[in-house]
Amino acid sequence: MAALDDVQVKEGVDQETVEAVQSVGGKYKYGFETDIEMEYAPKGLNEDIVRLISEKNNEPEWMLEWRLTAYRRWLQMEEPEWAMVDYPKIDFQDQYYYARPKSMIEKPKSLDEVDPKLLETYKKLGIPLKEQALLAGVEAPEGDRRVAVDAVFDSVSVGTTFKDELAKAGVIFCSISEAIQDHPELVRKYLGTVVPQSDNYYATLNSAVFSDGSFVYIPEGTKCPMELSTYFRINAENTGQFERTLIVAEKGSYVSYLEGCTAPQRDIAQLHAAVVELVALDDAEIKYSTVQNWFPGDEEGKGGIYNFVTKRADCRGDRSKVMWTQVETGSAVTWKYPSCILRGDDSQGEFYSIAIANNMQQADTGTKMIHLGKNTKSRIVSKGISAGKAQNTYRGLVSMHPKAQNARNYTQCDSLLIGDKCGAHTVPYIEVKNNSARVEHEATTSKVDDDQLFYCRQRGMDEEEAVALVVNGFCKDVLQALPMEFAMEAQALVAISLEGSVG
Amino acid sequence: MLEIKNLHVELEDEDKQILKGVNLTVESGKVHAIMGPNGSGKSTLSYVLSGKDGYEVTDGSAELEGTDILDMEPEERAAAGLFLAFQYPVEIPGVGNMTFLRTAVNAQRKARGEEELSAAEFLKVVREKAKSLKIDADMLKRPVNVGFSGGEKKRNEILQMAMLEPKMCILDETDSGLDVDAMKLVADGVNALRDAGRSFLVITHYQRLLDHIKPDVVHIMADGKIVKTGGPELALEVENNGYTDILAEVA
Ligand SMILES: Nc1ncnc2c1ncn2[C@@H]1O[C@H](COP(=O)(O)OP(=O)(O)OP(=O)(O)O)[C@@H](O)[C@H]1O
Ligand SMILES: [Mg+2]
Repeated sequence: MAALDDVQVKEGVDQETVEAVQSVGGKYKYGFETDIEMEYAPKGLNEDIVRLISEKNNEPEWMLEWRLTAYRRWLQMEEPEWAMVDYPKIDFQDQYYYARPKSMIEKPKSLDEVDPKLLETYKKLGIPLKEQALLAGVEAPEGDRRVAVDAVFDSVSVGTTFKDELAKAGVIFCSISEAIQDHPELVRKYLGTVVPQSDNYYATLNSAVFSDGSFVYIPEGTKCPMELSTYFRINAENTGQFERTLIVAEKGSYVSYLEGCTAPQRDIAQLHAAVVELVALDDAEIKYSTVQNWFPGDEEGKGGIYNFVTKRADCRGDRSKVMWTQVETGSAVTWKYPSCILRGDDSQGEFYSIAIANNMQQADTGTKMIHLGKNTKSRIVSKGISAGKAQNTYRGLVSMHPKAQNARNYTQCDSLLIGDKCGAHTVPYIEVKNNSARVEHEATTSKVDDDQLFYCRQRGMDEEEAVALVVNGFCKDVLQALPMEFAMEAQALVAISLEGSVG
Repeated sequence: MLEIKNLHVELEDEDKQILKGVNLTVESGKVHAIMGPNGSGKSTLSYVLSGKDGYEVTDGSAELEGTDILDMEPEERAAAGLFLAFQYPVEIPGVGNMTFLRTAVNAQRKARGEEELSAAEFLKVVREKAKSLKIDADMLKRPVNVGFSGGEKKRNEILQMAMLEPKMCILDETDSGLDVDAMKLVADGVNALRDAGRSFLVITHYQRLLDHIKPDVVHIMADGKIVKTGGPELALEVENNGYTDILAEVA
């Protein structure tokens, strides 16, 4: 169901994505489990566990201290309750905080040494980890269409592709645990500067126990030669995934980064509390796209992932630009507000979001745009779709500080309801502390119209195809903001996650 | 091709009967016109035939090429060759006209067990057909019917019909809202599709359209029934004298 106008470009080029999407086909197809020997840290959370995680990653002393500070802070914090989500109390002592495949204890030196079972898992997920396979499948003249992947399996990074080629361009793309060892000066300089250790309950927990994630460094004046992506997979049972991503774009650099996530289908809910920090210096641009497809729980709301994520960008430099694009189709509970601190003069923040909640899913998501610098601009386009008995909340803050002369924000917030048992809520917070700033907010709520569906069906589409078409139309502004690799996948996901929502 | 017998239809939500025993047979390759006063049930007939929700068939039958269609889903009827050009075409924001057309064409092909059309083949056909209806590239890219003028919407319906190549085409007031030139384009579009294996049921209020699309048979519908059937001259009679005489005659 690709937009035809784009098909000419896409066809052929993108065969791999197309096939990956086709393989998705029915319901939640990522629900399988990899049977693999795991090494766990003992259940529960205490200082020893924090020390153990640090030790497993061969971390320097300063990192351990950083974690312990966070842990001690966390003990004094309360779980937030303001979000419009409702879930059973999480027993933080009944979780594993570290799980890694045994084969990963001795870090493989290259992808060829990685346990075939792990490689098989990613293959099944449609994530190519073999560089040559990727090259063979996606033959593009400019070589521009290749994607480097960092694959995170439970608590550890399995491997990163295209490392050498990226290194030639001066780009560092590796797991955060490697970065802590190999580039400590960079990590120390930036870690926790966007999302401080004690920022909020889940971010603080993450700071104490994060096990792995990705690190990206783009040197001054460099356009990253390919898209970078991280693929998160939760496999182990009762195990929280706490990944930490740090992206630094030096002056005048550019990077587009994609993030994908899935988890096995289980009837016990699992916790995912990630922190993502982006730093954009003068004239730098970062595009961060997420297709989040964690297991959403079953029709009755059993199982699924609790997704409590802190994502924040610091547009530290003048004229820097950050664009968040997210397609949120999964998770039982989502609590997520990718934000931009527009510190540099003339810096820009954009947030494009599609959040789909079906069955018993609950999503409370949105963004914060904090305008500190002069002439800063932000744009928010949020499309919330609710079906079944789901609740979908947009929560957004636009804050214009006294020094943010001539700052501009435009917010468009549209909700679409399918059926009459679901809900959509819009909660905009607007703070304006200077007269030259302008904030525009538009919001609409609509229902999938029976006449539209009948029109489509009269032309031969079945009901689900018709709903998918109408919903994809509703989301078009956001789908267009996605990199091509993700746009098709996202369209297919929209269709799949709404299966069974009509009729 | 289409055989409707004693069709009785009520609204599902209200206790209101709209069709009160419609009998109508459209033979293969023929063009039938239906005229009749506002509110007589013409659009309702077209909706019931194409399977819209909200109506209950209390008696009678409707068969397309010998197959009962009333229990079929709308998309199954479409795949079986039934097409309705809507009196009020629906807008679908964000969905490109081309995407819509291609999805529809391929959905029907799939339902009939045929190969899907490739992007290149599809583009070629659609451009050709759009050209003859004076639908430009811009209109093909724009979201389905959004911001289209009344006449553009109607031409777009005919484009869809031309792409889907249905066997039984029902046109509900496709002429209303068309200027003289557009009417000619639409009529040419319909005439180009006339074929021994394809039939038309043209609902209209005016003789004008029938000047261009010559009907074989003209029916008058009033109060949920076909009250009179005749040749093309019947339409002229309506045009000149209105319905009063005809209705008085059959009362
Ligand atoms: N969903 C509905 N709810 C209430 N009344 C309806 C509904 N659908 C049809 N009707 C009524 O049924 C009658 C027939 O309507 P229909 O639209 O079929 O007439 P028509 O012959 O197409 O009229 P026109 O020439 O004005 O298009 C009208 O009185 C109309 O008000
Ligand atoms: Mg009508």
